[in-house]
Amino acid sequence: MSPAMATDGPALAELLLQRLERAGGSGLGSLEAAAALGLEHQQLVGAVKSLQALGEVIEAEQRSSKRWELTSEGKEIIQEGSHEARVFDSIPAEGLPQSKLMNLPSGKVGFSKAMSNKWVRLDKNADGGPRIFRAVESVQDSVREKLQLVQQGEAESLEEKDRNELKKRKLLTEVVIKTYWIRKGSAFSTTVTKQETDLTPEMIASGSWRDLKFKAYNFEALGIMPESGHLHPLLKVRTQFRQIFLEMGFTEMPTNNFIESSFWNFDALFQPQQHPARDQHDTFFLQDPAKATDFPMDYLKRVKKIHSQGGYGSQGYKYDWTLEEARKNILRTHTTAVSARMLYRLAQQEKFTPAKYFSIDRVFRNETLDATHLAEFHQIEGVVADYGLTLGDLMGTLREFFTKLGISQLRFKPAYNPYTEPSMEVFSYHQGLQKWVEVGNSGIFRPEMLLPMGLPEGVSVIAWGLSLERPTMIKYGINNIRELVGHKVNLQMVYDGPLCRLDA
Amino acid sequence: MRSAAVVQVCDMPTVSVKRELLFQALGRRYTDEEFDELCFEFGLELDEITSEKDIISKEQGDGKAEGASDIILYKIDVPANRYDLLCLEGLVRGLQVFKERIKAPRYKRIMPVNVDVQRLIITEETAQVRPHAVAAVLRNITFSKDRYDSFIDLQEKLHQNICRKRALVAIGTHDLDTISGPFTYTARPPSEIRFKPLNQSKEYTASEIMDLYRTDSQLKHYLHIIENKPLYPVIYDSNSVVLSMPPIINGDHTKISLNTRNVFVECTATDITKAKIVLDILVTMFSEYCEKQFTVEAAEVTYLNGKTCIYPELAYRREKVKPDLINKKIGISETPSSLAKLLTRMCLKSHVTGNGNNIEIEIPPTRADIIHACDIIEDAAIAYGYNNIQMTIPKTYTIANQFPLNKLTELLRQDLAAAGFTEALTFALCSQEDIADKLGADISSTKAVHIANPKTAEFQVARTSLLPGLLKTIAANRKMPLPLKLFEISDIVLKDSTKDSAFFPGRCAEILAKGQSIGKLGVLHPDVITKFELTMPCSALEINIEPFL
Repeated sequence: MSPAMATDGPALAELLLQRLERAGGSGLGSLEAAAALGLEHQQLVGAVKSLQALGEVIEAEQRSSKRWELTSEGKEIIQEGSHEARVFDSIPAEGLPQSKLMNLPSGKVGFSKAMSNKWVRLDKNADGGPRIFRAVESVQDSVREKLQLVQQGEAESLEEKDRNELKKRKLLTEVVIKTYWIRKGSAFSTTVTKQETDLTPEMIASGSWRDLKFKAYNFEALGIMPESGHLHPLLKVRTQFRQIFLEMGFTEMPTNNFIESSFWNFDALFQPQQHPARDQHDTFFLQDPAKATDFPMDYLKRVKKIHSQGGYGSQGYKYDWTLEEARKNILRTHTTAVSARMLYRLAQQEKFTPAKYFSIDRVFRNETLDATHLAEFHQIEGVVADYGLTLGDLMGTLREFFTKLGISQLRFKPAYNPYTEPSMEVFSYHQGLQKWVEVGNSGIFRPEMLLPMGLPEGVSVIAWGLSLERPTMIKYGINNIRELVGHKVNLQMVYDGPLCRLDA
Repeated sequence: MRSAAVVQVCDMPTVSVKRELLFQALGRRYTDEEFDELCFEFGLELDEITSEKDIISKEQGDGKAEGASDIILYKIDVPANRYDLLCLEGLVRGLQVFKERIKAPRYKRIMPVNVDVQRLIITEETAQVRPHAVAAVLRNITFSKDRYDSFIDLQEKLHQNICRKRALVAIGTHDLDTISGPFTYTARPPSEIRFKPLNQSKEYTASEIMDLYRTDSQLKHYLHIIENKPLYPVIYDSNSVVLSMPPIINGDHTKISLNTRNVFVECTATDITKAKIVLDILVTMFSEYCEKQFTVEAAEVTYLNGKTCIYPELAYRREKVKPDLINKKIGISETPSSLAKLLTRMCLKSHVTGNGNNIEIEIPPTRADIIHACDIIEDAAIAYGYNNIQMTIPKTYTIANQFPLNKLTELLRQDLAAAGFTEALTFALCSQEDIADKLGADISSTKAVHIANPKTAEFQVARTSLLPGLLKTIAANRKMPLPLKLFEISDIVLKDSTKDSAFFPGRCAEILAKGQSIGKLGVLHPDVITKFELTMPCSALEINIEPFL
């Protein structure tokens, strides 16, 4: 069998097995086997690996050994002779002008070596400039001879100083090669059974799978991702939050109106008209259409009164409330504007019935943008309206809600919001950061907001809110909000985004 | 239209106090952790532990910080409605009362002895520009460097918060011994006002003063308040010495120093309620350093109609709240006397009346934030400790409903992703160019809603179509392997319906469902593709999903 034929996989593997059979129990080295079979070492290694994949046919122990190899320049010298020999050969009897010799390919290196070997001499005073002559009749190209020894695998027979000299001339290099010491395995056989890669319908039909050997899987391989569509991570988290609220019996509010009047966004929430949030620097005002017109006028009058004069047990803010300010259209700064509309609607029912509402939708702030702030983000909000709700009820509801998010350690801090009183910020202990971090804000809506709507006196409304982006960024390990939201996001992030399981 | 918190967090003012000074005033030391815990319980936030040196080197580099003080500072976030906690004096008072180490002081307005009451006369010209003024005197006060700094700092904090950057109220404080009443608050043409402004070396007219401060990093923000008015507000003493030109600057003549013993305080305003609150806060905080502690000398303000008011009001208001209500709103069951004790710890001196059926609460002039029983109930809850309240689950029974539009959206999203499309999430705000020029339409034909105060072109309009966002997403992802298949289901904003010229003629169709047009599909116009900096053909479909509800 010729080496050429042996290069195809199974044949080569069988060739190796036969050799191993002959080698007996002690086994054989891959380097020697390759040399004996006249193959590149790498080809033999391929055969070893394919045999390893079959199980216990062979045992292969990886070893590393050093070996001297010719550099490309070394290989050239074996073909063409050393530079100094080439210089010697190119000098005719009448000699050669030095300038001409220097232009030869081996000129510079060859000349200095030939000079130090005393093979040539230089006549500086020759006619027509310095001239080189042969100094001896013939030369022995020992450099070439030494390299030939290396090529034949006999580098060890050279003296160390010769090897170092050749290495210094960059003709030799010492390489580390990974080799195998191969022994028979427990399932040794000199023939290779063809292994199946896939189970086919035919195998199942004929039952041949019982007798076939199947190729082991390579679990190191990366695999091929199936082609598919992907949902956006932020909206995957939104789906989970929606699910949580629905599990808790909360009804979804209609938040499909980005545009809101200042009246519903601020005034209805008892947020005074001079409040900083109503500033140009915080809120997007509309140029067109600039003013809203349709308000429930009786209710609006009660709102005006509570702001400017008080009532319902409140001192009010005592300032000149203007309709003009309330009419200004804006991009809603919070979804609480919708909560206000819903609570107003609830108050118009003939008989009050308890309600639990939620929403998750976009809100807008005319803020300075940075790594955690964009001009638009999503607000998550929950609201419960019933007779006799307590601060303890709010805390208990928050505990249930956050438990569903996988957050169990909660702490509450007094806070100030214009339309809730009492108000509490919700903190959870972050194991990674080793500190308490704010996870939400909450409170009981002020009577000045609820009573003008017409809700019965004993009804309390508890509410809480948080952003959708922040928990998503924490969950998906994203530090810059621009990498999560907007048209500049890398779609790869969307493709690669894993499942969202908030409580796992 | 959908094509295919409660809670707004307010910016909290931050008060910066020297740690040593704070501990000295509190009469004990705390570890940073202990103090942080105390703040948390009381509703404050120890935001940062720093020093002047740290602050400067953070803002301007280490080089500039050389020689700056390395005294430790606590930066404490204070709730936006607690003006009584905006300085060291108030913070300490609040915390000491909370910890029952002192009783809340009782602030008293007194009439001067042996001298006439200081008078401020308001002329009718002020009505056009800044109609209100209130005043008071801090008599025999003793400043130190720290007290003086705190006094100035509190005025600045009040200016930035309740005073709405001086638009609603502006405070002026003057060395009373350099001037003589009665004082006149009037308004004059800028050319007729002439005085030496605080810390300047010569006199300027009011118009020159406005020019002078046009580049001042602080004062330039206040110029707009009076700039375009024909008359500027100004306060004179009986010898025509200028006390101040509110809300811009005081005169240099009346400047207070560490040696000042008698301070004349005036607040001019467009909102009289806030002016009274600001005056009450400033004088209650610093009357601590008057010879007769916590007393404030009255000043008389005379209006053009002859009406006279005495300030500061320093009014104590009484409220009655049923203990039962407090317990029920919080979810606790404390005895009336225990509740009264909790409230007293919040500077709301309370006692039980009427056989235990009522608690009478006295609201001090420092607590303008208490406007309803719910504010009192919150203070009871804070003193009780939020984290001591038993958590309960409301019995409220309700059946949940999904919002039909969102329900349909969720179903469509799932199936679009299953069909191999990837979900994009783009902004609802964009430039006019995105929805008009780039889509081959004129902006006037888009029926777009325009933003009046966008900070950049990216926020000029609310989107009228989801297409620009999707095309920009593709443009930003040109390196991704093709094909790119994207979708988005979200709201767009239209004043009313609009037409579409974004498609290639003859390669697009209108989509009709249930007898109405719901959108279009087709190959995008090559011009549109080019304007979004794309090179490959794109096809798109955009429909309104609301008819399917």
